[in-house]
Amino acid sequence: MLKIKDLHARIDGKDILKGLSLEISAGEVHAIMGPNGAGKSTLAQVLAGREGYEIVSGSVEFCGRDLLALAPEERAREGVFLAFQYPVEIPGVNNVYLLKAALNAIRKHRGEDELDAYAFMKIIREKMQLMQMDASFLNRGVNEGFSGGEKKRNEILQMAVLEPKLALLDETDSGLDIDAMKVVADGVNSLRSPERAIIMVTHYQRLLDHIVPDVVHVLADGRIVKSGDRSLALELEAHGYEWLQQAVGT
Amino acid sequence: MATNEHELEHLVSRKYKHGFYTEIDSDTVPPGLNEDVIRFISAKKEEPEWLTEWRLKAYRHWLTMPVPQWAHVHYPPIDFQAISYYSAPKRPEDAPQSLDEVDPKLLETYDKLGIPLHERARLAGVAVDAVFDSVSVTTTFKEKLAEAGVIFGSFSEAVREHPELVRRYLGSVVPARDNFYAALNSAVFTDGSFVYIPKGVRCPMELSTYFRINAANTGQFERTLIVADEGSHVSYLEGCTAPMRDENQLHAAVVELVALKDAEIKYSTVQNWYPGDEEGRGGIYNFVTKRGDCRGANSKISWTQVETGSAITWKYPSCILRGENSVGEFYSVAVANNLQQADTGTKMIHIGRNTRSTIISKGISAGRAQNAYRGLVRVLPTAEGARNFTQCDSLLIGDRCGAHTFPYIEARNPSAQIEHEATTSKIGEDQLFYCLQRGLSEEDAVNMIVNGFCKEVFRELPMEFAVEAQALLNVSLEGAVG
Repeated sequence: MLKIKDLHARIDGKDILKGLSLEISAGEVHAIMGPNGAGKSTLAQVLAGREGYEIVSGSVEFCGRDLLALAPEERAREGVFLAFQYPVEIPGVNNVYLLKAALNAIRKHRGEDELDAYAFMKIIREKMQLMQMDASFLNRGVNEGFSGGEKKRNEILQMAVLEPKLALLDETDSGLDIDAMKVVADGVNSLRSPERAIIMVTHYQRLLDHIVPDVVHVLADGRIVKSGDRSLALELEAHGYEWLQQAVGT
Repeated sequence: MATNEHELEHLVSRKYKHGFYTEIDSDTVPPGLNEDVIRFISAKKEEPEWLTEWRLKAYRHWLTMPVPQWAHVHYPPIDFQAISYYSAPKRPEDAPQSLDEVDPKLLETYDKLGIPLHERARLAGVAVDAVFDSVSVTTTFKEKLAEAGVIFGSFSEAVREHPELVRRYLGSVVPARDNFYAALNSAVFTDGSFVYIPKGVRCPMELSTYFRINAANTGQFERTLIVADEGSHVSYLEGCTAPMRDENQLHAAVVELVALKDAEIKYSTVQNWYPGDEEGRGGIYNFVTKRGDCRGANSKISWTQVETGSAITWKYPSCILRGENSVGEFYSVAVANNLQQADTGTKMIHIGRNTRSTIISKGISAGRAQNAYRGLVRVLPTAEGARNFTQCDSLLIGDRCGAHTFPYIEARNPSAQIEHEATTSKIGEDQLFYCLQRGLSEEDAVNMIVNGFCKEVFRELPMEFAVEAQALLNVSLEGAVG
C-alpha cells in the first residue's frame, strides 16, 4: 500500500530524513521507534503533506499514486489519516461540525452521497460509544479545553469515523494515563482490518503492549536502522537506544 | 398702483422662494454647502421652521469644528464643497432595466450569498417597477404594525405626521454639536427611518423583515430615530448582507435610540458597503454616529454589528446607561480585507446605579488591512455597583495586516467591577493543517475557523441573518489565504 524509497527531507536547511525506506501492506501494523530527534514525527508530517518540509529526493507511492504530488487535503481524501501528537484547539467550531464536514468531504471525493444530519449522527453515536465518550463532547469546540487524554481519544474517534486506508499515529500514547491508554488502544485495535494499514510512531514500547505490531522499525538519524518483530521493541526497552546505536554502528 | 404693488410683491416673493437655484434643475443642487443649500433641503422636505433652524444651527457649529484626526485610519482630506448634498432619487429610466444589464460580478456575489432572486434586482438598483410588486406584502405589514400602534416609516414622513415626537427626541441622544460628522449629518440629513413603539407594546415582528422589502434609497446622510416607550420591546435590523451599489463615497449617518423605563431595543447591523477594489480605490467612507440612551430604569439596549464593507469604517455604537439597572450590550464582528481600514468599538457610559454592560468584539484582519478596536468604559460617581465585561479578540490572516486595541477605562466609583480580556491570534498554520488533514479544502477550513471565532456575536443576530452573515464573512475573506 505504501512504498517509501530513499526519502530525504529537510526543514529550515536541516536534513532530518536521510534515505528512509519503508514498505507496508494493507492489514499490517508497523511501529516506528527511535530516540528523540531521529525523525519520527517528521516522517508522519511529511507523509501527511505538512508545509515547510523540503523533499530533497526519494519517492513515496501510496496505492499506486505519487503521494508527494498531492495536496494535504487530497491525501486525506485518498485515505491518509494523521492522528496528531498535539491536536490543535479550534475555538467556537463544534467537534460534530468538523467531523461532519470532514466525512462529507471524503465521501464526496469517493463519489458517495453526502450524509444528512440524521445518518451522520447514527454513525457518530456508535463510534463514540467505542471511544467511551460523552455526548456532550460533540457540541464542545474542537479540542477546546480538552484534557490530554480527551484530545487523543478525539483523534482516534475521528479515525473511526473517517475510516482511512492508512493511519499514522504520532505519539498517540504520550500524555496518557494507563486507563486512557487502554481506551485508545482498544479503539485502535477495533480499527485493525485487512484493508487498513497502521503506522505507529512512538518513543516508548508500552503502547505496543496494548497494540501489538506486526513489524517494529527502529529509526535513528533519519534512517531505518533495524527492523524486526515485536521482540525488537522489548530488546530496545531492556537495553535503551544507545545499545542499538552501538550495535548498528551509527 | 395697487396691482403693480401686488405684482412686485409677487415677483419678490417668487425670487425669494426660489432663491439662487432658479437657474438650475429643481431636483438637484450643485456641489457645495452653505445655508441656502440647507434651506433648500428643508424646503424640499416641507419641514417645519424649527427643524430648518435646527439644521442651520448644526451647520453653523459644524463650520467651527476641526476634522477629527484621532482615528487609526488614513485617507486624503475630504472636500466638503465638492459634494452635492441633495439629489432627487434616480428616475426609473436611468436605472438598469433588468438584471442582464447589471455587473456580472455583483450577480455572482448575490448568488454566493443566497440572496433571493426577487431581491437581487432591487439591490442592484434595477428599476423597481420592472422587478416585482411588493405593495401587497407591505400593506399587510403596515396593517399589522398599525394594529399594535407601532409607528414605522421614513424620517420625512414622521416629521410630517408626528412632528411632536420627532421634536421631542431628535438630537436628544446625539446632539447636533456632538462631533464633526454628527453635526454635518444634522445639517444636511436627507432621510432615514423613524420608529416609535408605544407603552407596553412588543413589536409584533422583527422590523428587519419589513425593512428589507421596503428599504428606500436613503442616501449618504441617513438619520434614524427609534423610541421605545415604557415597557416596550423592538428588534430592528439595518442594512443587508448584499453589497449595495452607491455612488456617494462619504456616508455619515446618525442613529439615535431611546429606551424608556423597562423598554428594550435590539439593533442589528449588517454593513456591506462597497470596500473599494483590491488597491483600495473607490470604496465608501463610513463615518457613523450611533448611540443609545437607556433613559429609564431596567431598560436595555443591545447593539450587534457585522461590519464587512466600506473602505473605511469609523463607528462606535454606544450606550448611555442612565436608568437604574439598565443594561448595555455591544457585539461586533469587524472584518477588514485587502486595503480596508476599520476603527470601531463602543462606549459604555455608566451613570445609574447597578448598570451593567457587556462588550464582545471580534476583529478579523486579512490582506494589508488595518483593524482597530477602540472602546471606552466610563463609570461615573453616581453609578454605584456598575459592572462591565469586555472581551476583545483579534484574528489575523496572513502577515501583512494589523490589529490594534485601544481600550479606555475610567472608573470614578470604587464599587465598579470592570473586566477586560483581550487576545490576538493568527489563524495558525496548525489549525489550518489540522483541517486540511481531515480532508477539508483550504477555503472551507478558513471559513470554519473564522466562523468559530465569531460565534458569540453571530448568535446574537436574528436567525435568518446569522446564516447570511456567515455566508457574507466567507465571501469577504475569499482568497485571503493562499
